[in-house]
Amino acid sequence: MKHIVKPYGDTLNDGKVQLSFALPVLTDAHGKEAARVLILSMGFDEAEITCMRDLGEGFTHFIAYASTSASVDTSKIKVKVVETPVMEMEETDLYIAEHLGREITIVGACIESDAHTVGIDAIMNMKGYNHRFGLERYQSFNAVNMGAQVASEDLLAKARELNADVILVSQVVTQKNIHIQNLTRLIELAEAEGLRDKMLFICGGPRISHELAIELGYDAGFGTGTYSTDVASYIAITLSKKQAK
Amino acid sequence: MLKLDLDSNLVSRARAAATKISSDFDWLFNGYSSVTIERTVLRLMGIDGATEDGKPLPNLLVDQLQTAGALHKGAAIWVANAMHHRSCSAQEVADSVTRGELQLTALPLAEPGVLYDLLSALSEKMLGQIKAQKAQREGYFEKYGPRRKPAIYVIVATGNIYEDLTQARAAAREGADIIAVIRSTAQSLLDYVPYGATLVGFGGTYATQENFRIMRTGLDEVSEELGRYISLTNYASGLCMPEIAAMGALERLDLMLNDAMYGILFRDINPKRTLLDQYFARMINAFAGIEIQTGEDNYLTTSDAIEKAYTVTASQLLNESFALKSGVKPEKMGLGHAYEIDPEKENSFTYELAHAMLTRQLFPDAPVKYMPPTKFASGNIYKTHLMDAMFNFVGQLTGQGVQLLGMMTEAIHTPHLVDRSLAIENAEYIFRAVKDLGDSLQLSPDSFINRRANSVLQEATEFLEKVAAEGMFSAMAAGDFAEIKRPENGGKGLDGVFERDPDYFNPFMEQMKKELGL
Repeated sequence: MKHIVKPYGDTLNDGKVQLSFALPVLTDAHGKEAARVLILSMGFDEAEITCMRDLGEGFTHFIAYASTSASVDTSKIKVKVVETPVMEMEETDLYIAEHLGREITIVGACIESDAHTVGIDAIMNMKGYNHRFGLERYQSFNAVNMGAQVASEDLLAKARELNADVILVSQVVTQKNIHIQNLTRLIELAEAEGLRDKMLFICGGPRISHELAIELGYDAGFGTGTYSTDVASYIAITLSKKQAK
Repeated sequence: MLKLDLDSNLVSRARAAATKISSDFDWLFNGYSSVTIERTVLRLMGIDGATEDGKPLPNLLVDQLQTAGALHKGAAIWVANAMHHRSCSAQEVADSVTRGELQLTALPLAEPGVLYDLLSALSEKMLGQIKAQKAQREGYFEKYGPRRKPAIYVIVATGNIYEDLTQARAAAREGADIIAVIRSTAQSLLDYVPYGATLVGFGGTYATQENFRIMRTGLDEVSEELGRYISLTNYASGLCMPEIAAMGALERLDLMLNDAMYGILFRDINPKRTLLDQYFARMINAFAGIEIQTGEDNYLTTSDAIEKAYTVTASQLLNESFALKSGVKPEKMGLGHAYEIDPEKENSFTYELAHAMLTRQLFPDAPVKYMPPTKFASGNIYKTHLMDAMFNFVGQLTGQGVQLLGMMTEAIHTPHLVDRSLAIENAEYIFRAVKDLGDSLQLSPDSFINRRANSVLQEATEFLEKVAAEGMFSAMAAGDFAEIKRPENGGKGLDGVFERDPDYFNPFMEQMKKELGL
């Protein structure tokens, strides 16, 4: 069934949106009109510049409200999301004991130039994040966190050495799409080395979605708001199902 | 007046333990050197430039000496020897080596006295350049007045030094006092300093001497226009700590991120290498009048900010004690801390206030550096902006030296022009609104804030005493710092550390030690 929606301000289907951007124009009536016309050219109606601020160096910040006539039929929207249910740590350990009956080895790293351990640590470190223990704490996981700036080659070598079931990759820096390059490089190397189908490849980071991960050739991707429990449950269920086949 | 009632006995015990820990490393500071220290010496002798494939000349020369097994005497002697034989400059010596025409160790060593005289004249000249930069900075502050407190510190990080300059000038006009050019991710692990102006970086812009020069020149122009001296900062950290410190001294950077232990704990750089490098790097900073800034915020982004608050205090005291050994004065120690407590925690602000006051009061003369919320910054830019306002409130109320402004888009991207502008507007509003509020407030003696500050200090003292008893390297190997195990002979860069020969000579270290009274 069709379900057509538009942005909501305070009246259904008023189409109100908030915009904020800078333009390389002076902070004057001329600049303001340029900003308004730009918004109209984006397809918006009723553009109203509510604030303009001089940013110096010939730039101006505009805050604006406008309404859109565009709408979306939510019944037509398809997204790829990780569909496995989320279990608590104890449940996951129990699930693995029952369905898989062995320890799972996970090798994780923040790869290539990226120096930020915050993502991989939040998921893997014993301590975890926001009241959820990390993968190292799970009884059924042998979780190895290699840290940041790990070369793809080193990550794959470690995974091969440990006969890993899962490779977990974090990418935090996304400037100039460096994360796409890094993730692609890893998966290409894994394919070249014949490792791609031997383990689960999972990536995560603030700019990563499950859909993007699938597109890049990974098994799953986790974005902002992901906890260790999401990743652990996915690993437990996916590997158990694989083994059952 | 807002003031803590700190247990002075704990303060002296904690300082005594920190002093004991740092003085255990005299064998390292006086008996060893590293490849980057030797490259620093060459840079200070005036050697600059890179080969066509991008290898910096200081690296080329130090590699040649290391391969020949001759580095134990220090690089200075060999280059001075070649200068003496050929009656040419250090740069000309380097150029000959680059062309493959000169093996430094093939020339017979001249009389030591001759070489010492040559090096002494050269170091006098080069250190004179650094002194001139220091005098120019002091002249600017004299002319335009001192930096405000808290000073507004913002980052630029486009990857392109020219784009950075546009953003830095815009930020200065809006009220920024200090501009930090964030480095390209992974530069800390390069065992060389890239050369020339750079236009592409990831998550930041490469620290190069030319980039320093471009930014400093641009900021001098805007300083003169605004009648306010805009300070510049970068990172003397990673595997090239002293080289970058020297570049910063020559190009008049005003502050340098420089932590005695950060590289070991958070970048897995070898402990000996890091401590050795920071010793010389900080000496250069001290000599150049550069304010150092330490990275204690990292303890809180990787662990719970309440539970591990004491690690910040302990690290500050260690950084202070290592800095004193290099001749850094307290008024040039930007010891770090951060506003990183979970905003869902009840009374999170009260805890933050206690921690910020503790730092402020333990280091009354230091321009302490306060770092913004990052761990709990999210894609909800409105909430992050609000957290930044609370952070700014604590900063002004407790009189922090430097306020590193949070950006509402902290969790999303390196700051856009608008994000930085809104951050400055936020800080200026709060700073103005609560400017003298602290003068009217007072803590009750048995208040939570007093108790909390003393209990963090107590934990820090006990931790430092434990480390002093077992030795810092053992404590690091056992994972006592930041819950990360760092063995003495592990990590990156150990192969660049070597024992000095008895006739080792570093003319700059000698001269600076003398002038700093070390």
